[in-house]
Amino acid sequence: MKKAAGTVFKYGDNVDTDVIIPARYLNSSDPAELAAHCMEDIDKEFVGKVKEGDLIVAEKNFGCGSSREHAPAAIKAAGVSCVIAETFARIFYRNAINIGLPIIECPEAARGIQAGDEVEVDFDTGMIYDKTQGTRYKGQAFPPFMQKIIDAGGLVNYINAQ
Amino acid sequence: MGMTMTQKILAAHAGLESVEAGQLIEARLDLVLGNDITSPVAIKEMEKMKVDGVFDKDKIALVPDHFVPNKDIKSAEHCKCVREFARRNEITNYFEVGQMGIEHALLPEKGLTVAGDVIIGADSHTCTYGALGAFSTGVGSTDMAAGMATGKAWFKVPGAIRFHLTGKPSKWVSGKDVILHIIGMIGVDGALYKSMEFVGDGIAGLSMDDRFTIANMAIEAGGKNGIFPVDDKAQAYLKEHTDRPWTIYEADPDAVYDAEYTIDLSQLKPTVAFPHLPENTKTIDEIEQDVAIDQVVIGSCTNGRLDDLRIAAEVLCGRHIAEGMRCIVIPATQKIYLQAMEEGLLKTFIEAGCVVSTPTCGPCLGGYMGVLAEGERCVSTTNRNFVGRMGHVKSEIYLASPAVAAASAVAGKIASPDQLD
Repeated sequence: MKKAAGTVFKYGDNVDTDVIIPARYLNSSDPAELAAHCMEDIDKEFVGKVKEGDLIVAEKNFGCGSSREHAPAAIKAAGVSCVIAETFARIFYRNAINIGLPIIECPEAARGIQAGDEVEVDFDTGMIYDKTQGTRYKGQAFPPFMQKIIDAGGLVNYINAQ
Repeated sequence: MGMTMTQKILAAHAGLESVEAGQLIEARLDLVLGNDITSPVAIKEMEKMKVDGVFDKDKIALVPDHFVPNKDIKSAEHCKCVREFARRNEITNYFEVGQMGIEHALLPEKGLTVAGDVIIGADSHTCTYGALGAFSTGVGSTDMAAGMATGKAWFKVPGAIRFHLTGKPSKWVSGKDVILHIIGMIGVDGALYKSMEFVGDGIAGLSMDDRFTIANMAIEAGGKNGIFPVDDKAQAYLKEHTDRPWTIYEADPDAVYDAEYTIDLSQLKPTVAFPHLPENTKTIDEIEQDVAIDQVVIGSCTNGRLDDLRIAAEVLCGRHIAEGMRCIVIPATQKIYLQAMEEGLLKTFIEAGCVVSTPTCGPCLGGYMGVLAEGERCVSTTNRNFVGRMGHVKSEIYLASPAVAAASAVAGKIASPDQLD
């Protein structure tokens, strides 16, 4: 997937993995089952409203807290095509790359893009286009090593290819 | 340019003479850890890899601790998956109920984590082993799978923040107050992607259990790892717990730090993190209005060690918890449980009206053994007070030390031992 396009769900600072997927659901590791409870403790309407391709835009330290890979897995299985944030917590960042959930750090986009905006992202160039507001942002490109993992579709495929 | 302590350990494990912040490296792993929540996902991912088995059956630790003894059928299936994987791969360090403890208390106790190691664990509090001078950090299940298969992991070499600890903490101030103070000061992303390196003459006055607590919560400041120098106390701990050789790394005198802070431990006061972030800290004397409490939890990978239980028992001895209060005490490992029994601590807890549980992470993450209802408030010695962390989204968690937790259980509101009659 080289492009993402969809409607934005917007959140603030420090969206933690406990609200992305509460631990009471961690007795399952099935992505579809987890997706059914994604963002439940911060946004009860998310699961009902999210469509394939939609984006999450948040501010600082997205995905802080637990190392649960269930968090990016739930977001990906819910249909989200990209998460844009001012910064990501480091374990979430690793996990997203490793499972092939596209994420982009871009403080200007994280602040400028609003809930409900229609946004397109080109992963090859890192360009973020807010169609609703007519604004463009340049996201940070991944180092080549991480880009290889992303291109392979995650760490497992990357290791298998080696 | 000189290297930090963390950078030196990483360079040695990457086979490089030197590394610098921002560099991407592949490092050799001394230990790969997983629990009953993260391992089943890792096992599934590892099965997709074209490998025959694990890289080294002695360098993997599997510790079912979150939802054991099994809390429901789905959890039981997860534990079964981990157990069968451990048997199939003849994993040396699989810890069944009866031997298990909360992973980050158990592994140092079993001598599996030593100074100079590079350790990854599919649990965010894997940073705990920095107390022993190891580089250890939390990762996700796919990293754990790759680690089990290849014995290696990729890292971006972190920069560091250096914390100079000076002075001696007063009677009811512990490692928990030190780390809550730091998180309150720098924020929950104050050390994002960075090492937190602790130095200074104040460290000598901190017990190993204090240091485990401090390193444990580095992640709550966004840190990649927290790390302590390997002093006489750390070496005495290692001698007592392990036969494995260890290597002491020290930061170069010209190492570069992104920021430096000096903290006089003698000036710290018992500190409480208010809902819903660990950075929302107040010292006990800054709390102006009474905060009535329904439940207290004393335990977890942060504060379920013997020193923690001794302090809680000292506060609870000869007292009784407030009417209507529930106080749950969870020794972090079987060994700690047994020692607490032999020292009479469990008797003190039970006579004070507490319940004492088998080791489990249960209540810390709202799993079981103390889930909160709507509107309930809990003082907890655990590590996170996020929305819904311990139960209902409208419940509240106040993070504190074992001393404050025990005193709060007696007072029925947030209190320090000094405030009890």
